[in-house]
Amino acid sequence: MTGPNPQLDSHGGLRHLLTTEGLPREIILHILDTAHSFLSIGEREIKKVPLLRGKAIFNLFFEPSTRTRTTFEIAAKRLSADVINLNVGTSSQSKGETLLDTVANLSAMHADMFVVRHSQSGAAHLIARHVAPYIHVVNAGDGRHAHPTQGLLDMFTIRHYKKEFASLRVAIVGDVLHSRVARSQIHALTTLGVPEVRAIGPRTLLPTNVSDLGVHVYHDMAAGLKDVDVVIMLRLQNERMNGALLPSAQEFFKYYGLTPEKLARAKPDAIVMHPGPMNRGIEIDSSVADGRQSVILPQVTFGIAVRMAVMSILAGNA
Amino acid sequence: MTTSLPQAEELLAALAERMRPAVTPDTALIGIHTGGVWIAQRLHQMFSTRPPLGTVDVSFYRDDYGSRGLHPKIKPSDIPFDVTGADIVLVDDVLHTGRTIRAAMNELFDYGRPRSIRLAALVDRGGRQLPIAAQFVGAELDVAGDEQIELTRDAAGRLGLKLNRAGAA
Repeated sequence: MTGPNPQLDSHGGLRHLLTTEGLPREIILHILDTAHSFLSIGEREIKKVPLLRGKAIFNLFFEPSTRTRTTFEIAAKRLSADVINLNVGTSSQSKGETLLDTVANLSAMHADMFVVRHSQSGAAHLIARHVAPYIHVVNAGDGRHAHPTQGLLDMFTIRHYKKEFASLRVAIVGDVLHSRVARSQIHALTTLGVPEVRAIGPRTLLPTNVSDLGVHVYHDMAAGLKDVDVVIMLRLQNERMNGALLPSAQEFFKYYGLTPEKLARAKPDAIVMHPGPMNRGIEIDSSVADGRQSVILPQVTFGIAVRMAVMSILAGNA
Repeated sequence: MTTSLPQAEELLAALAERMRPAVTPDTALIGIHTGGVWIAQRLHQMFSTRPPLGTVDVSFYRDDYGSRGLHPKIKPSDIPFDVTGADIVLVDDVLHTGRTIRAAMNELFDYGRPRSIRLAALVDRGGRQLPIAAQFVGAELDVAGDEQIELTRDAAGRLGLKLNRAGAA
């Protein structure tokens, strides 16, 4: 990266959250610590704090999403913000309005924050470069590039169950090539000092440069899962596949689907994570997804607290 | 100008004596992070009250979020009893503007509707900006406006008071 980090303000505070790449370790830890304090709010009688009262947060989703959009919406509402959901794919954009015109119009409606999902890599960066200084941008997934809040909630989940990052072996399994989630995880794991990150998948679904990120590459899942502490399964992204990268979903499951037998190669207390939505029987067997080691549903709950932390830290850095 | 400070342990004993007639086995103590929690822990041991000790960090309710942003070190609030119907004593180390107490009361009401809330402070240094008063005080101290009183706790658990120039802390 050249020039100043576009995510940070002149005091080094977080102004936008666009990617976990180059995100300073202290900021990641601050987000995780703050999220920890937000967790108990979900269990109270009144699941709300007044921090973002009077702020308008626009959920700008140019690509469909249920879980991410909903958890951002819940997080913003628990911070007492006003939330406006726009599924832009079905409105102005289809009438020909440009991305920046859409954002300019919403800014004229006094937006304080944009949560952006877009199929094009770099869309959130583009918006962040053009908004007024008091507006904050959160990347909720851009193309194959980044999905930082997912990466951070995964770090929160790992820390919750494993306490420390310094001695962990973490395996990321499946369609790493198309996965913005994997990229955000790898950068965050590295920054947090995880000594061994493994990427497991067929040659056709692993990026050619993945080992440049310090990741150990495995094509054999049994070897790759040996003695790991954390298994992160990725969704097989049918909608992003053009051409014949895979013979068939059944073939994929045979070699890279997480079954109890394959999971037995990992440490006995290894946790199993998945960013959702899951394809049961394609990348993960139901008995593992619903099993003792699965922390897939806690990930969703933690995701709300992590998004609350991100939004309250951003909005506080005026 | 500097003020000489009394011993924190003596103030704690004085505070406990003033509270004793008003505390019942069901009185619920809640300490405000961080110094208030230390004092509340000691009071909870002395009085052996039944409800487990509660703690609050008022960062999510502070009125200076808009100007100062989110505090860098936030601890989770933990109220392990039913707030609704409880007789609560909020415990803080230094009572000054009253803004922390307002924030703490707002937070408590998001847990439920207490029957009563009273306030205990080790030190009341005056300077109130809100109509808030403590029912139990260890001592009233006259401190210059640009000085801050900080509660400390050593490895053995002994409490102490320290005077800081504002901004230097």
